Amino acid sequence: MAIIRDIMPAFELFQPANINDAVSLLDRHGSDAWVLAGGLDSFDWLKDRIKRPKVVVDLSQIAELRGVREVNGGLEIGAMTTLTEVVRHPVVKEKFSILSHGAESAASPQIRNQGTLGGNVSQDARCWYYRGGWKCYRAGGNICFADTPTAINREHAILNAERCVAVNPSDSAPALIALEAQMVIRNVKGERVVNAEDYFVGPAIDITRMTVLQPGDLLTAIRIPATWAGAQFYFEKVRDRQVWDFPLMNVASAMVVNGGNIERIRIAVNAAAATPLRLTAVEDAVRGKARNAATGEMGGKVAVTGAEPLRYNGYKIPLMRNLVKRAISGVEEAKWA
Amino acid sequence: MADTNKIDDTATSLSRRTLIKGVIAAGAVSSGAYLFRTSVVRAQQSAAGSAERLVTLTVNGQQRRVDVMKQETLATTLRYKLGLTGTKLGCDRSECGACTVLVDDVPHYSCSMLTHTARGKNIVTIEGLASAEGKLHPIQQGVIDEQGFQCAFCMSGFIMATAGFLKVNPNPTRAELAHGISGNLCRCQDYDKILTAMMRGAENARKVS
Repeated sequence: MAIIRDIMPAFELFQPANINDAVSLLDRHGSDAWVLAGGLDSFDWLKDRIKRPKVVVDLSQIAELRGVREVNGGLEIGAMTTLTEVVRHPVVKEKFSILSHGAESAASPQIRNQGTLGGNVSQDARCWYYRGGWKCYRAGGNICFADTPTAINREHAILNAERCVAVNPSDSAPALIALEAQMVIRNVKGERVVNAEDYFVGPAIDITRMTVLQPGDLLTAIRIPATWAGAQFYFEKVRDRQVWDFPLMNVASAMVVNGGNIERIRIAVNAAAATPLRLTAVEDAVRGKARNAATGEMGGKVAVTGAEPLRYNGYKIPLMRNLVKRAISGVEEAKWA
Repeated sequence: MADTNKIDDTATSLSRRTLIKGVIAAGAVSSGAYLFRTSVVRAQQSAAGSAERLVTLTVNGQQRRVDVMKQETLATTLRYKLGLTGTKLGCDRSECGACTVLVDDVPHYSCSMLTHTARGKNIVTIEGLASAEGKLHPIQQGVIDEQGFQCAFCMSGFIMATAGFLKVNPNPTRAELAHGISGNLCRCQDYDKILTAMMRGAENARKVS
């Protein structure tokens, strides 16, 4: 709960001026260090005294982490580029509008002015038991408070739950997965590049982390290849409030349609599981088929195969089915219109 | 584990008399803390071994030298060290927008930005909008023209958010402006009149320029 307790507990603050200094600081301080990007996720943890890092490494002064560069018909977006800068970038709007829509749908204007693309994909789970400081699996304990008979779990996972039932709340992540983006990660040993869908880790692999980032690692950039430039895109986010709110679920698809048939497609959803999900089974099922309501319907059914609702989130199954359907065949005109 | 111990201690060691005493004292301390928050802020320590740092901030066009802790937010510095109490603290969690200020012309929640991050940037608060001679900013004039607020605790945040939005889109439709300042809450639920006042402010600003 948000209680104002004057100011945060003390920490040592570093403001490195370049990536090399940042990764050597992160290497030196290991798991004592906290990476601060926009701070919209971080400050909640620090103000609530739930996470108490000794050292905070603020990336705000590193110019090379900011900005959108055009590379081989695609884009390289610095991890510290704000969501607003991503939304307003002319090439993002023109060629990769799905990312622009995803980023624009996150949070509020002021948060988008400060929150970064790297931070948006790397943010922690928003399960309110976990955020409230309960000692759950994700916090290193041995229980999931959201998966008990009396738990309030309307926002939680319907797929791939493994002890922890929290979901990933990022709005830009499914768009990046649909665009076949790659994440560039640096540490003192060098650079590695992972595909967007492999950047996220679920509880079956590591229950206390959301991404592949280990202590010492820094996400420096996100690369978007030219592959899907100008494709047909669909993004939709469903939430309770139209500002601030995290998704109950969102969907992003990129499609190339030829002669009415779906030639190529990538589709991803988020807030359905602990990681954003690329729906490869749906892609395989609809590829080569006519792009119409029947194909969309079929894709939706494939998408929810194996979904297991908790007590209060059963609505997410029809929600996901319909979002996937829309992401394939578009929004139908109402019959009475 | 530490938390569990704390709960046990409380349950076994509290007599009724000490509980009542404690509640009275806590009440006195918490109300005092509100009145004298400045002293609470000053008494907080930075991390062991790290000196307080004297930084120079550019606030409303002036260079202000101020002693800032590492963990201090911009809202705290503005209100309790520079005396610019027009910036309000509502939620302290990026949820209400009352603390909105412009940092290099862009609206930010000052409760959720470290003061050290804002070094070298041009910070504008509600106090910096009116001209030096006291002529109100067109948006402030719009608020007066339309009687836009009820209690007005959220007002400086709304005005700063609007000022920032108008720099990007000086001629918005009502819907565009509503989306642009959707990061601010009004607990009086006076949104319709606020929006009317902000639209009037935008109109005033276009006449001026």
